[in-house]
Amino acid sequence: MAILVIAEHDNQSLKAATLNTVGAAAQLGGEVHVLVAGAGCGAVGEAATKIAGVAKVLVCDAPHYEAQGAENVAELVKGLAGGYSHILAAATPAGKNMAPRVAALLDVAQISEIVAVEAPDTFVRPIYAGNALATVKSADAVKVITVRTTAFEAAGEGGAAAVESVPAAADLGLSALVSRELVKSERPELGAAKVIVAGGRGLGSAENFHGLLEPLADKLGAAIGASRAAVDAGYCPNDYQVGQTGKVVAPQLYIAVGVSGAIQHLAGMKDSKVIVAINKDPDAPIFQVADYGLVGDLFQVVPELTAAIG
Amino acid sequence: MKILVPVKRVVDYNVKVRVKADGSGVDIANVKMSMNPFDEIGVEEAVRLKEAGVATEVVAVSCGLAASQETLRAAMAMGADRGILVETDAELQPLAVAKLLKAVCDKEQPQLVICGKQAIDDDANQTGQMLAALAGWPQATFASKVSIADGKASVMREIDGGVETLSVTLPAVVTTDLRLNEPRYATLPNIMKAKKKPLETVKPADLGVDVAPRLATLKVSEPAQRKAGEMVADVAQLVDKLKNVAKVI
Ligand SMILES: Cc1cc2nc3c(=O)[nH]c(=O)nc-3n(C[C@H](O)[C@H](O)[C@H](O)COP(=O)(O)OP(=O)(O)OC[C@H]3O[C@@H](n4cnc5c(N)ncnc54)[C@H](O)[C@@H]3O)c2cc1C
Ligand SMILES: Nc1ncnc2c1ncn2[C@@H]1O[C@H](COP(=O)(O)O)[C@@H](O)[C@H]1O
Repeated sequence: MAILVIAEHDNQSLKAATLNTVGAAAQLGGEVHVLVAGAGCGAVGEAATKIAGVAKVLVCDAPHYEAQGAENVAELVKGLAGGYSHILAAATPAGKNMAPRVAALLDVAQISEIVAVEAPDTFVRPIYAGNALATVKSADAVKVITVRTTAFEAAGEGGAAAVESVPAAADLGLSALVSRELVKSERPELGAAKVIVAGGRGLGSAENFHGLLEPLADKLGAAIGASRAAVDAGYCPNDYQVGQTGKVVAPQLYIAVGVSGAIQHLAGMKDSKVIVAINKDPDAPIFQVADYGLVGDLFQVVPELTAAIG
Repeated sequence: MKILVPVKRVVDYNVKVRVKADGSGVDIANVKMSMNPFDEIGVEEAVRLKEAGVATEVVAVSCGLAASQETLRAAMAMGADRGILVETDAELQPLAVAKLLKAVCDKEQPQLVICGKQAIDDDANQTGQMLAALAGWPQATFASKVSIADGKASVMREIDGGVETLSVTLPAVVTTDLRLNEPRYATLPNIMKAKKKPLETVKPADLGVDVAPRLATLKVSEPAQRKAGEMVADVAQLVDKLKNVAKVI
């Protein structure tokens, strides 16, 4: 049977997370279809046809999918589910919001945030903030899964899938989008960045957070991340948070500045290729996972580092 | 308006769990257990809505072992009016918990259910969404602000890249994110008072719910540990390592 990947998009462009989800789907064995549900989302459907390994793109274009509320999208997916062995979404806030709803409507379990496919019914997923990995086997007819994007290669380009338009399900009228405020940034997305500079409570203020980290991030072409403490203290927006309950990242280089390294933070970044920690406390737990540790005052070290990078 | 708050008993967030040598699970014998931190936020929010005169009653519900009574008492010490324990020794997965909660909702008829966004043991992040699906209610997950007016809830929620505000009809399910509020500490007098609040116990069978797990855990293993790195003396050495050894800049 075929596999359905629910695309993540903003009605204009496809989010990179979808490519990793297709990457995971490709390991399951079966034709991969992508569902684009939105309003005025034709360009997204077009983009999805070009993903390598995708056989068909289902486009459902209707005004009540504009905000992609979980209620209406899950209802639509429930109607389509009959033909599929697996339904996949990225383990992003959008995917985590919608996929469990789909699973419950189908009376099946949902398998959260898989990091490996062992067999079409057997998956590996982290539990306890990544301190353990569980291998789970599903007995359900349809497997509804969210995919940790950093654990799967993004599917490439070169596909030539057919587009099929599918009729909308009813508008349930349960939820209305009042407003959406997105933080605009010229920087790479945290989830896709090759280099991340992350700041913690040690930065001391929003001024320091931006004043010290931005010049360094600029030089490295890096995204900026943060600990929960930094977010809570108002140094930066919430979607900078890296960790168990924030974003999970795995860049080539992660530079943690004034971050102590609580297990909840480590859960989000310990799969980075190279980790650098800058902290004035030689006993900070972050040093236990760092490839290169520098004990020092960040107010001195960070400007020096920024200057030293050509 | 009645608010139902599901609270789960989990390993305390400060405990770093160990995987059992035989790969059958994690060792939770003799470790500190606490209310799931996101559920404390849920209780706090419900109690604040009651203090503001929006809610009339706050009911805490926990599903699991008899020891979950402690978790319900903790919720009552924070201000919940009463507790319901759905007692079972069986392993409960999110779909089963959602079905149990749906059955409790059928009886209690709350206008609002405030779940945590995720239990920090299974890290599933599913139960609230599943309950909303089963009940046919709207869901407002990852909430950082909740207000109730005119039979609707207005919920600011955290999404990729920022925040959005939804207006959902009631009854509804909200799940809490960390920034919704700062939960209070229970005072000693309130802990004493909580001991006298009503706590009802029911069994899954009384609710007519089949809780059989859908996922079998084949094994639990230790994740790959990172190799201990090295300390560098200064910025010059760090830059040299990053350029010439790690080759990442
Ligand atoms: C349910 C739950 C979920 C959570 N989820 C997350 C999550 O997803 N992500 C997350 O990050 N946290 C999360 N947390 C919070 C986590 O437990 C820690 O509280 C948090 O990560 C600490 O942030 P921090 O390292 O910035 O702050 P702190 O622990 O206060 O550390 C600050 C560090 O800065 C250093 N420092 C201070 N001044 C300087 C200086 N001048 N120069 C150099 N170093 C300096 C200090 O030595 C210290 O190590 C969660 C907690 C709970 C309960
Ligand atoms: N056994 C349980 N008893 C009561 N509430 C639960 C239970 N399991 C999950 N929940 C609720 O559902 C939320 C999300 O849990 P989960 O889907 O397991 O991550 C928790 O924060 C609780 O509010």
